[in-house]
Amino acid sequence: MTSIDTSLIKTDNESDGTQSPPRTARRYSPEGRRSLLLTVLLWLCVLYFVLPLWWLFVSSTKNNSALFSTFGMWFGGDFSLWENLQTLFTVRDGIFLRWMLNTFVYAFVSAAGATLLATMAGYSFAKYDFPGKKLLFSATLGAVMIPLTALALPTYLLFSQAGLTDTPWAVIIPSLVSPFGVYLMRVYAADAIPDGLIEAARVDGAGEFRIFAQVGLRLLGPGLVTVFLFSLVATWNNYFLPLIMLNSSELYPITVGLAQLQSAASAGGGSQALFSTVITGSFVSILPLVIAFLFLQRYWQSGLASGGVKG
Amino acid sequence: MTHSPALASERPASAPPLKKRANPMKRKQRLAAYLFLVPFFIVFITMLVVPLVYAGYLSLFESKLIGGDVFAGLANYVRALTDSAFLAGLGRVGLFFIIQVPIMLGLALFLALALDSARGRGSKAVRLLIFVPYAVPAVVATLMWGYLYGPDFGPIAQISRAVGLGTPDFLSPESILGSMMNIVTWEFVGYNMIIMYAALRSIPAELYEAAEIDGAGQFRLAWSIKIPAIRPALMLTVIFSIIGSFQLFAEPSLLNAIAPDAISTSFTPNYYAYNLAFINQELNYAAAIAFLLGVVIAIVSYFVQLAGERRERVGLAERGIEP
Repeated sequence: MTSIDTSLIKTDNESDGTQSPPRTARRYSPEGRRSLLLTVLLWLCVLYFVLPLWWLFVSSTKNNSALFSTFGMWFGGDFSLWENLQTLFTVRDGIFLRWMLNTFVYAFVSAAGATLLATMAGYSFAKYDFPGKKLLFSATLGAVMIPLTALALPTYLLFSQAGLTDTPWAVIIPSLVSPFGVYLMRVYAADAIPDGLIEAARVDGAGEFRIFAQVGLRLLGPGLVTVFLFSLVATWNNYFLPLIMLNSSELYPITVGLAQLQSAASAGGGSQALFSTVITGSFVSILPLVIAFLFLQRYWQSGLASGGVKG
Repeated sequence: MTHSPALASERPASAPPLKKRANPMKRKQRLAAYLFLVPFFIVFITMLVVPLVYAGYLSLFESKLIGGDVFAGLANYVRALTDSAFLAGLGRVGLFFIIQVPIMLGLALFLALALDSARGRGSKAVRLLIFVPYAVPAVVATLMWGYLYGPDFGPIAQISRAVGLGTPDFLSPESILGSMMNIVTWEFVGYNMIIMYAALRSIPAELYEAAEIDGAGQFRLAWSIKIPAIRPALMLTVIFSIIGSFQLFAEPSLLNAIAPDAISTSFTPNYYAYNLAFINQELNYAAAIAFLLGVVIAIVSYFVQLAGERRERVGLAERGIEP
């Protein structure tokens, strides 16, 4: 009963609140048509996606022996989260922290650069007419299809000739290309920046770059956040590229570092029992991105929604 | 002054001598347009075009113990196309693609439609929780599932034993591909769902009105209006999935440590290329493999897109079909 009321109120608000973005409230709206079956199905799916992460969290509170002797989905043995964290941040002279920092630097520099390049290019495609526009845009779209890992090998060879392997640049520079980002920004800018506004700025005598910086960038907020976050994840989670480019473990990002710890752990020869360290490290390493996505969800979701994927 | 020259110059511009040169205002804008593109295309060319060409070049050579690099023509390609390890890997990712991608995208589409219909409770929380795995690196996801699959202490085996079903072996040679499909599905359903959901949210309300008058139900609405309307977004997720499946790397390379008997060094073409280049030092052959893999992905993507476009043209797609 109450559920019917709240859903009614909600739809009313939506249609009254003059501007609920592209779509006005739906008329066929679910007047009390909430489906129990659907709710159950949805939450069952949620379990599938969340339980492994729950396991990861629970396991990061266990020491090595409890890890292998207690039920995986619930706490057991001593609560060893603090000891695990201590081990994690002191193992091999605290290299884990170093890996975290590397990941931050690689991901932020790459994402900022990729976003800037993609935004300028996308804006240009959306707001200007020029010879060769179609060709260049097709080339960009086609590049979405090129598997970056197939490029990684020749890129590695080129970089090693240039003496760039085993430097942070080897990870950052290839991550600056984001054809998908250009595509997203083009569609987003086409919608978000009215031509009239640009014309008006021109009439006022503003130069093209000033218009981009002062009019364009301001209206592109959610699009920027979206492209930034998605490039951030791409670099943050990348494993193949840093794996082949970097040799020194103090330059590793978290992915390569964790994989190395894991293989040391399963090789078994090591004196340290590293399993709980690997698990705690995995848990700690996913926190920043998860938090970023949760906090910025309003922006990136509207960045995707308002035209981001209209094609 | 600012207005009239722009207007005035448009007429005489059609006269032959002036035709080629747009008016100064337009020229300035064109210049700006190109300048905005330059930074992206510099990186684009150096990081995409050059490596691609270089891979093609490298793949035409052979490294001999005596004599160094020798031009080999298409020998590396002939070798790859008769290399049972490479072909088996390609077959494996092909199988992976055919089975895993429909499951993953089907589930994502179901979830996106369910969330869009707003008939479940707590849809906002559902949406975010399903998306979370996307923020988990493939490395961590694989490590985690590796532990979850564990036959002795993994929770799945623990539960299975507790209810008397015995110990399932997720890491045997027969089941490892399926286990890998599960990992990738877990990672990417949320990402695809969000893309589809975003597209669903931007369908203009007018499209629903006629259906509403006809009294179409939710399923009819989804099938006849929503799915056709988000076809471009669906195509995007399909293309990304093709690329993703054909270049699987992190999952096989990490599972190899847990299940070395089930995962060979040529389990996927990408993993094979890596092992060829960095373990066997066969750079030229590895380049040929990488290049071929790129070609295969491009061909598959092209045909999938073609099939999609044809269906779109046949169906009634009056919604903004832009290039």
